[in-house]
Amino acid sequence: MNSTSTQFVPSRRMGLCEPMPQVGMWNDYKENNCLHTSLPVLEVDTRFDNQSEDTSHGTVGPSNKYDQEDSKPVDKVMRRLAQNREAARKCRLRKKAYVQQLENSKLRLMQLEQELERARHQGSYIGGGLDTGQLGYSGTTNPGIATFEMEYGHWVEEQNKKIADLRNALYSDIGDVELGMFVDGGMRHYFDLFAMKATAARADVFYLMSGTWKTSAEHFLSWIGGFRPSELLKVLMPHLEPLTEQRRLELSNLRQSCQQAEDALSQGLEKLHQILSETVADGQLGEGNYLPQISAAMEKLEDMVRFVGQADYLRQETLLQISRNLTTRQTARGLLALGEYFQRLRALSSLWASRPRGSA
Amino acid sequence: MHYQTESWNSYLPTKSPTTDSLQLIQRLAAENAVVIFSKSTCCMCHAIKRLFSGMGVNATVYELDEDPREKEMEKALIRLLGSSSAVPVVFIGGKLVGAMDRVMASHINGTLVPLLKEAGAIWL
Repeated sequence: MNSTSTQFVPSRRMGLCEPMPQVGMWNDYKENNCLHTSLPVLEVDTRFDNQSEDTSHGTVGPSNKYDQEDSKPVDKVMRRLAQNREAARKCRLRKKAYVQQLENSKLRLMQLEQELERARHQGSYIGGGLDTGQLGYSGTTNPGIATFEMEYGHWVEEQNKKIADLRNALYSDIGDVELGMFVDGGMRHYFDLFAMKATAARADVFYLMSGTWKTSAEHFLSWIGGFRPSELLKVLMPHLEPLTEQRRLELSNLRQSCQQAEDALSQGLEKLHQILSETVADGQLGEGNYLPQISAAMEKLEDMVRFVGQADYLRQETLLQISRNLTTRQTARGLLALGEYFQRLRALSSLWASRPRGSA
Repeated sequence: MHYQTESWNSYLPTKSPTTDSLQLIQRLAAENAVVIFSKSTCCMCHAIKRLFSGMGVNATVYELDEDPREKEMEKALIRLLGSSSAVPVVFIGGKLVGAMDRVMASHINGTLVPLLKEAGAIWL
C-alpha cells in the first residue's frame, strides 16, 4: 500500500458497495448551514485527515481546504470517500493478516505440543534422545515409526524401573526363586524390544538403522541397530565373578562365537551395500530413465530388514546362552550390570548435549 | 570352499519336478561334509559363507541362479524349510541344519562346532 492510493480517484466505480451516509449528511449539513460553509468544511476536513493514515503525504493537502468554499464540495466529498475506502481496505487487510498469523501460531503450537509429548515419552532421563535432534524427525508421517517412538519411550521408562527393582532384589534377602522372577522379567523386556524393532523395521528399516531413536552415545557404540553381543560379554564378565575355570572358558568361547557371527553379518551387509550401489548405478547414467534400476534396488532394500532381524536374533540368543551357563544370582548381576551400562551411556549423551558451548 | 559349476541335467529322472529336486538336493547334500545352497546375488548367503570360511570350514556351495533348474530347486528348498526364502540353506554331514538363524543359534549355543567336527569339516 502506498500513498498514491490516497489521491483523488473517481468514486463511482469504486464505491458501489460502500455505504454512503456521509454524503447525505454532508449535503444536509451544507444546505442547512450555507452561511457558514467554510467553518464546517475546515472542521470536517481536519477530522478526516487525522483518521486516514497517510493523507499527510500531501497529495491532496490540507492547504486545499482553505482555498475551497462552496465552489467544489464534490471534490472534497470524493476525496473523503476515497480516503474512507482506503482506510477501510487497509483495516480489512490488517485484520486478515492478523487472523492468518493467529492460525499459523495455532498450528505451530499444536505441533510443538505433539513433539513435547513425544519427547516426554522418550524417557524420564534428562534429555533422553533430544540431543540427537530427533524432535524434527518426520517420523510422525509414518504411523509405524510414530508408534515405535512412543513405545520405545515407554520401554526406557519401564527399563529404569526394572533396573531399580532388580538392584533392590539383589541386595535384599530374597531367595533364588523370587530373584529368578526378576531375572525372567528383565530378559523378557529385552525380547519385547526386539519384537518392537522387528515391527518398526518393516515400517521403515532405514529409520531403525539410523539410530535417531537412541541417544547419541548408544548409537555411536551400536552395531546393526543395537548392541554388539561380543562387546556386551566383555562388559559383563567382571561382574559375573567368581567363575569356575570351566564357566570362564565357556563364556570366552561364547564371546568368540559371537565375534564370528558378527563378522559374518557385517560382511553380508557390506556386500549388500556394494550390490545396492551397483544396482542403482546400472545401465546408462544420465538418460533420465531409471525406473528399472530403482525397482531392482527396492528388492535389495528388503534384505536390510533380514539383516536387522538376524542381528537382533543374535542378541537374543546370546542373552539366553549367558543365562543358561550361570546361576540365577549371577544372571541377575549380569542383567543389572547390563542395564546400568546403558543407563550410563544415556546419561553420557545428556551430559554431552548440555555441555557449555564455545569453551576452548 | 569350492563351487559346483557342472550342469545337473544328467540327473533328470521322470517323476514330478519337486520330488526330483528334493531327492537331488538330498543327494548333493550327502556328498560333502558341509553343503550350502545359495544364490550369487543373495547377501545373507554371502554372510553364511563368510561364517564358515571364518571358522576354517571348506564348504561346498551350489549357486542356484547359475543352474537351469533354479525354479524347482527353489520350490523344493522352500518346502523343506517351511520359510519364504529358499536360500541360504546349510547341510552338515548330509543332515539339514537350516537357514541363517538356525546356523547362528547353533553356533551360539555351542552345538555347531561338534557337528562340524563329527562331519569331518574341521579338526581341533
